[in-house]
Amino acid sequence: MNEPVDVLIIGAGASGAAVAWSLAETRMRIVCLEQGDWPKSNDFPSTGTDWEARALEDYAISPNRRALEADYPVNDDDSPIKIANYNGVGGGTVFYAAHFPRLHPSDFRVRSLDGVADDWPLDYGTLEPFYALNDRMMGVSGLAGDPAYPQKEAVMPPIAMGRTGEVLGTAMNRLGWHWWPSDAAIATEEYEGRAPCINLGQCGSGCAQGAKASTDVTYWPEAIRSRIEVRTKCRVSRIETNDADMATGVHYFDADGKEVFQPAEIVIMACNGIGTPRILLNSASGRFPDGLANSSGLVGKNLMLHPYAQIRGHFDERLDGYRGPPICVWSMEFYETDPARDFLRGYSYQFSRGIGPARTAINGFADGMVPWGEGHHAAFRRLFERSAGMVSVCEDLPEETNRVTLDPDLKDGNGIPAPRITYRLSDNTRKMLEHSVARGVEILEAAGAHDITTKAPVPYAGWHLLGTARMGRDPERSVVNEWGRSHDVKNLFIVDGSVFVTSGGVNPTSTIQAVALYVADQIKSRIYELFD
Amino acid sequence: MTTMSDKQPPAPLTDIERVTLLCVAGHMIPASVEYGVPGADDLRIFADITRSIDRDREVLGKALQVVNDLSDGMILALSRAEQAKRLAEFRTRHADLAGVIESVVARCYYRDDRVMASIGMEARPAFPKGYKVEQGDLSLLDPVRARGKIYRDAG
Repeated sequence: MNEPVDVLIIGAGASGAAVAWSLAETRMRIVCLEQGDWPKSNDFPSTGTDWEARALEDYAISPNRRALEADYPVNDDDSPIKIANYNGVGGGTVFYAAHFPRLHPSDFRVRSLDGVADDWPLDYGTLEPFYALNDRMMGVSGLAGDPAYPQKEAVMPPIAMGRTGEVLGTAMNRLGWHWWPSDAAIATEEYEGRAPCINLGQCGSGCAQGAKASTDVTYWPEAIRSRIEVRTKCRVSRIETNDADMATGVHYFDADGKEVFQPAEIVIMACNGIGTPRILLNSASGRFPDGLANSSGLVGKNLMLHPYAQIRGHFDERLDGYRGPPICVWSMEFYETDPARDFLRGYSYQFSRGIGPARTAINGFADGMVPWGEGHHAAFRRLFERSAGMVSVCEDLPEETNRVTLDPDLKDGNGIPAPRITYRLSDNTRKMLEHSVARGVEILEAAGAHDITTKAPVPYAGWHLLGTARMGRDPERSVVNEWGRSHDVKNLFIVDGSVFVTSGGVNPTSTIQAVALYVADQIKSRIYELFD
Repeated sequence: MTTMSDKQPPAPLTDIERVTLLCVAGHMIPASVEYGVPGADDLRIFADITRSIDRDREVLGKALQVVNDLSDGMILALSRAEQAKRLAEFRTRHADLAGVIESVVARCYYRDDRVMASIGMEARPAFPKGYKVEQGDLSLLDPVRARGKIYRDAG
């Protein structure tokens, strides 16, 4: 058995890093267990000419394809959207595009405003200072004054919108629709020891330059300087409890495959919307037969994945191609509920630049635009560096039938039962996807694009893992309270995307981290009554 | 029990698989005098392809087997015109398997120095030199600003 610690954090990704950094000032003994290792930036795909191939191998977004020691398998056969993640220090931020929108004020009041789902027990105003703090810690670039949001500070100038942003923005102006340069967690100038972006274009498989704000280069160096320990290659199997229904620590497998018990006064889960319910369900015991913290029966339920539609077109002129952060501009034109539409809630668009040559050929083959044989070279050249488009990020409303359970057969390398995903698109979501495809085609046509292709939903895009341990004031309708503490186990906290009540229609990392900082702040301010 | 530690290095291609893949690659991306590029069956490129199959080994083997099954046992035994006909049928009937071969071939073909030069790319990795991207004209946002706030107040 290891020496006891005050705080044990499970997972070193977006939320684990933020909560660790915030709690460091308490001078408590804090350890973070991470199943993966530190990423090595000199191994990232953009350091070689084989970058497109490597992004499909060890740097693939699917844990089932990577199947590295750090990964656990996910049975997603029963879902049209397949799971994407990265397991290692930094978590999903190592692979994310660093597109960094916040939720909107209306996202926290979905039931009150639109009569569906539930309101959050928090509001935008409560989270706003934590959004701002997180923007400074991560180093967010953007352009102040976006009329789709309440006023917010721009930490650094925006990333280059390039010719792609100009062409698509001009089309949006023609249609009278909102667009704006994206907030991006990418340094556009020297920032806290990080070098500025040099437009490598490979944000999605790790930033060799270190300009992208993955938490291994933002929060963690600060937290480690404050004597927080990150223990890598340590995979937690279950959380242990005592007769008082308090967590006493966790069992984990170390790098040598040896099972170890780590005692702790407080356990904080930061394992994402699949990893967290997996551990809670694997922690079932005589006291908690349905899984830990699961008296509501909601652990694993209400999984939200943000279905994407992809709309891409090709242009007569050369655009930015594979250069630059892939996402450059967003639109919130269709974000808020409009009673004139046949669906509730809405979606954002991420406008994206081109793709590399191999991907151009592979997509061109699949879409019937690049033939085999003599015509290959001419067709390829009509597409390469001339493509641009968008994905819509559709709000996924919570449904208990969409869920994470434990697979009866599938296990990881340590023999721990793996998660199984059961997920369906709702009628509301389908209508939203269709709407976003139709409007996307209009935008591309207004921009002068030809050879437009669409795909909805995009199958390999299950990045945003939300809702499976939702927060709320009612213990019968939620897993954690309004400040992240389990209703059932009073020294157990959850700070990852599991706690989302609704998903909004934007990438969630900014909000995940703001919530983690908020929960950490609550722990600090309630330290003397934390377990009451 | 399935575990993530069961992963083994991919088995090398058999001789039949190798010659079948070489044939398919040549049909997929032939050499072009007009563009000054080798085909995907160029020896240097093909050596790269066979070295780089990695996680697609198993399904690639299945795809090549189907190619030969559709070719009365061995595609190489057919005339070039007949090969093209059978491969077109393969793409139509087995688009997923064809997609695997396309991916295996294209990701090596388009990193060959000669091919990169032909399509206007510098034959170098993105890092450390990076690329230049223009900032863009931010005055295009004036109409968006002029329209004003579009979000709902909700606390």
